[in-house]
Amino acid sequence: MNLHEFQARELFRDAGMPVPRGRVATTPEEAGTIAADMGGAAVVKAQVHSGGRGKAGGVKLAGTPGEAEAHARAILGMKIRGLTVHKVLLVPLENIASERYVGILVDRAVQAPLFMVSREGGVDIEEVAATNPAAITRLRVDPRFGLLPHQAYRLGRALFDEPALSRQCATVLSQLYQVFMQNGASLCEVNPLIATETGEVKAIDAKVTIDGNELFRRPALESMRDPDAEPAAETRARAAGLSFVKLDGNVGCCVNGAGLAMATMDLVKYYGGEPANFLDIGGSSNPEKVVAALEIITADPSVQVILVNIFGGITRCDDVARGIVEATQRADIRAPILIRLTGTNEAKARDILAAEGFSAFTSMDEVVRAAVKRAAA
Amino acid sequence: MSIFVDESTRVVVQGITGRDGSFHTARMIEYGTRVVAGVTPGKGGRVVKGPGGACVPVFDTMNEAVAESGANASAIYVPPPFAASAIMEAAESGVEFIVCITEGVPVLDMTRAYAFVADHGVRLLGPNCPGLISPGKATVGIISGDIVTPGPVGVVSRSGTLTYEAVGQLTGAGIGQTTCVGIGGDPIIGTTFIDCLRAFAEDGETRAVVMIGEIGGTDEQEAAEYAGRSLDLPIVGFIAGQTAPPGRRMGHAGAIISGSSGTAEEKIRAFRENGIGVARRPVDIVHLTREALR
Repeated sequence: MNLHEFQARELFRDAGMPVPRGRVATTPEEAGTIAADMGGAAVVKAQVHSGGRGKAGGVKLAGTPGEAEAHARAILGMKIRGLTVHKVLLVPLENIASERYVGILVDRAVQAPLFMVSREGGVDIEEVAATNPAAITRLRVDPRFGLLPHQAYRLGRALFDEPALSRQCATVLSQLYQVFMQNGASLCEVNPLIATETGEVKAIDAKVTIDGNELFRRPALESMRDPDAEPAAETRARAAGLSFVKLDGNVGCCVNGAGLAMATMDLVKYYGGEPANFLDIGGSSNPEKVVAALEIITADPSVQVILVNIFGGITRCDDVARGIVEATQRADIRAPILIRLTGTNEAKARDILAAEGFSAFTSMDEVVRAAVKRAAA
Repeated sequence: MSIFVDESTRVVVQGITGRDGSFHTARMIEYGTRVVAGVTPGKGGRVVKGPGGACVPVFDTMNEAVAESGANASAIYVPPPFAASAIMEAAESGVEFIVCITEGVPVLDMTRAYAFVADHGVRLLGPNCPGLISPGKATVGIISGDIVTPGPVGVVSRSGTLTYEAVGQLTGAGIGQTTCVGIGGDPIIGTTFIDCLRAFAEDGETRAVVMIGEIGGTDEQEAAEYAGRSLDLPIVGFIAGQTAPPGRRMGHAGAIISGSSGTAEEKIRAFRENGIGVARRPVDIVHLTREALR
């Protein structure tokens, strides 16, 4: 789960990191008032779960409250990579002497937390990694010992020559590691971490991603979830216990298992169609999940056909069949449903479907070809 | 032959009295797996009844279970908050092989458990995996015996149902398997593609391997390079997620394209560069495997 910058900054401040205080506005007028409180000048930043905010025009410098209000008016409601901006954050202007990048993530290659830091701050770190990998210093942290003081100092030295700055930086990195571990994060990033002209190290941006598997024991973080920041269908799918990602095509997909769901989307594309979504109903065989899945898929107006692909293992085909029948009785499923079922309790499932006038394919290849043909008709 | 498990494997089930643990214990016994003990803290002394009159004794701790039953492998079905702890308890108990089925284990928990298991020199499969099956010998985890048949092909996959799809098609075409292994869809997992390829290469009866990967990470690329460099074993590859958008988690915690890294294209290229036949559709796995066996 991604946090907004203003939420991530609060976690950083709670850990004692030097992060200038900011305030959130939801209207242009509010932004003007906040800027006035800050002494007139402020940076107005779009709060949206996307990188590249600056390039998209979502970050603006304001010299006066009037300018802050005008910038907020332009940014609020703007779309950045398909996501609408509902909030802006106002923060004080800083005198920046130098910019650095610091980040920590769980790295699957080293099977542990990994720090990545670079003197090339304030730019896209992916680009630095691609064009100038030597500019990035990496450090694997043994999670049983944590970030050791000499390791933090080594990273601080990699970022700043001035001893006072590298020491401050080492402290910030230790605090960032605490934020990372204590909140069950999969990524914490500061870009840029700055040194001011008066010799202070400050974090003036914040990005935190929380591991979704940690949320059951961190209700305070779960409550930071912003339902406006994702499509309504995804919020609904999560509530129903489904994995769902909206895509741009017209073949709605309802599959059991993440790998099979991806393979189904790929096969739709292979035969010239476009998948409308990724949807995994999971391993359990609860008819209710199938009902919710079909309702979510059919709510997307671009869907022309619904493709159900089930390979029953733990998932029982008869439960899925019951869900399909129930969904068509309870809800208005306007798109035709093409079904493929095989595996556990397949015969029972076919009987249930046949009684309601449905038939089912046995081969994945055939059902996908049929669905693509139907969507194109 | 087979890899990791066979008819001599003696399994202890952690979380045996839970809903999933009891259900799959029965299925494992039904298939012929030797389930010799179970563990649920606080329920030691009970007996779990299985098919065919099987009686599995339940212990409070792994140490007791292993000492009493001589188990050499563990299957874990405990809920996510306790899974990492169960893995570490198993690693200390003396079993050689741990299979963790649990989905949703916090990733930072796993970084610690991974290091602990490595220190004890124990093999971990998973978490968030379907386990493994050596057809005709044993199944440890949740893979159903109905879709497999003994034969010369090793199968290794990051996905559960996609494994069933591929194995179901192989079996339907009369191509049997030595062992089918699901390594799991999480970012931190104990056994990787390379580990499985190496084990299949050392297994006298495995004549070809089907390797099913997906977007996210570089495990497939590393395995492809390893195979190209060091193995004389025909491999058929499939990658799921060619249509997945970057930056979005596709169900599995590990199935995510980060920036430009971990794409299907990159993995398919690594397969091709290292002489691994690439199936574009699941149905292609069958004829590519048939050719590989020739």
